Amino acid sequence: MIEVLKKKLVVIGGGPAGMAAAVAAYEKGERDILILERDTALGGILRQCIHNGFGLHRFGEELTGPEYAYRYEKQVKDLGIPYMLDTMVIEVSPDRTVTAMNKEHGIFRIQAGAIVLAMGCRERPKGALNIAGTRPAGIYTAGTAQKFVNMKGYMPGREVVILGSGDIGLIMARRMTLEGAKVKAVLELLPYSGGLARNIEQCLHDFDIPLKLSHTVIEIHGKERLEGVTVAAVDENRRPIPETAEYIPCDTLLLSCGLIPENELTRGAGIPLDRVTGGAVVDEDRECEIPGIFAAGNVLHVHDLVDYVSEEAKIAGEAAVKFLRGETEKSVSIALKADGKVRYTVPQIIKSVKDTKVYFRVADVYRDKKLVIRDGEKILLSKKKPKFAPGEMETVTLTAEMLKNLSNCQLNFAIED
Amino acid sequence: MKKRDLTCIVCPKGCSLCVTLSDEGRVVNVEGFTCPRGKEYAEKECTHPERCVTSTVRTADGFVVPCKTARTVPKESVFRVMDAINHTVAPAAVHVGDVLIQDVAGTGVSVVATANKEI
Repeated sequence: MIEVLKKKLVVIGGGPAGMAAAVAAYEKGERDILILERDTALGGILRQCIHNGFGLHRFGEELTGPEYAYRYEKQVKDLGIPYMLDTMVIEVSPDRTVTAMNKEHGIFRIQAGAIVLAMGCRERPKGALNIAGTRPAGIYTAGTAQKFVNMKGYMPGREVVILGSGDIGLIMARRMTLEGAKVKAVLELLPYSGGLARNIEQCLHDFDIPLKLSHTVIEIHGKERLEGVTVAAVDENRRPIPETAEYIPCDTLLLSCGLIPENELTRGAGIPLDRVTGGAVVDEDRECEIPGIFAAGNVLHVHDLVDYVSEEAKIAGEAAVKFLRGETEKSVSIALKADGKVRYTVPQIIKSVKDTKVYFRVADVYRDKKLVIRDGEKILLSKKKPKFAPGEMETVTLTAEMLKNLSNCQLNFAIED
Repeated sequence: MKKRDLTCIVCPKGCSLCVTLSDEGRVVNVEGFTCPRGKEYAEKECTHPERCVTSTVRTADGFVVPCKTARTVPKESVFRVMDAINHTVAPAAVHVGDVLIQDVAGTGVSVVATANKEI
């Protein structure tokens, strides 16, 4: 007989999003909360992000990842919010039943009043990149290498090439260099980096590590252990140019080629996902299309800054409490449509009239353009910026005033001259 | 007079800065900053650049704990700081904020733990 528990609010994931959602729900008055975390400690990926730069928005000071996580962990513990570690959730059903397992309880079920999905994201693996050549040891995702170095104290190698210029790749270029490795190059397929400008400066320029834009790895060499990679420039269609091929000896290749929201549970529950974000389609409360199930943080869309993850999780946690009390008011249905230059918006749909902060990302680098939001033909808002970049999440606030008198049930987001 | 282009590293905005320096290397003018800290960074970066160092320290029981310099240290001392960190053994139990090294590599700055570790 499988044990069935009853909980008002179940939070899946004890990283920054899950902890912030649980704390926000507690502060709204909810006491019957349970956080389920599959790792051995709360904190999520922040535990291995030992570099600083976290918390400037949220706490007004620069913290390292573990310190940021600790601030929330301390709140969770001080408030006495229950959590289970080493606990893997294996299914979420549309009627809000959570099936999980751990050593102590075996397989068990929780009938939840509301659920916050906060499972985070994972890295795009090598298998998804289709690089030719052999399959020797020495090839890791940047995050795996980060875990080895920062949590286990092992160096994965001495001579390193990094494919992909996402923030984790840049951070690891510096980290490996500080620990005595030689980082020979960071290669980026696109003509621009997906990482933050400050990380290019302090992680690459500080150590004279070359960033080769419009370059990729075309072949992996080595039998037992990686011996080198052949790299080449790519043309505007991202096809390698054979004449530019160059061999770089190395014993380690790190991959930093994007993050994918981890939505197996979400999909299993039949919750509709946004093909662009890889996360659930949500309204301004971060409520999915199945009532009472909310999502926040990197499981919803990949953020650049944990500060925004906390902010988003607070919205979800507070809204979950309103749902539990039957206080949710959904009076409208306004779809937010991205034109393609705006890649996506979160939320994707607005269901109540109140000031709503919309996060969005652009598809390419745009200089001296403006974001234009239209209600039919009418321009609702226009915001000029010297630069929009895909690596930097943007925000815009739609006021209750704007949302009150719309002629259409759709708002179009576009980047224009 | 000469000009130097910088990317501000104070916050994630990463403002593009342009610093005008006199022939003696004094900062004459800074453009492109959007907050006072950006201006301060540009001036420091052109005269005596500093960085915060984050790393890990081995513990007496063979694990590692994350650490950081409590303040920024001169940029040219970064590898000396790393060397000192890598020659330090921390106690098996540490708490966020515990001082692990005092006056690291003669910088006058201490290295502190950034996570808790129990035995």
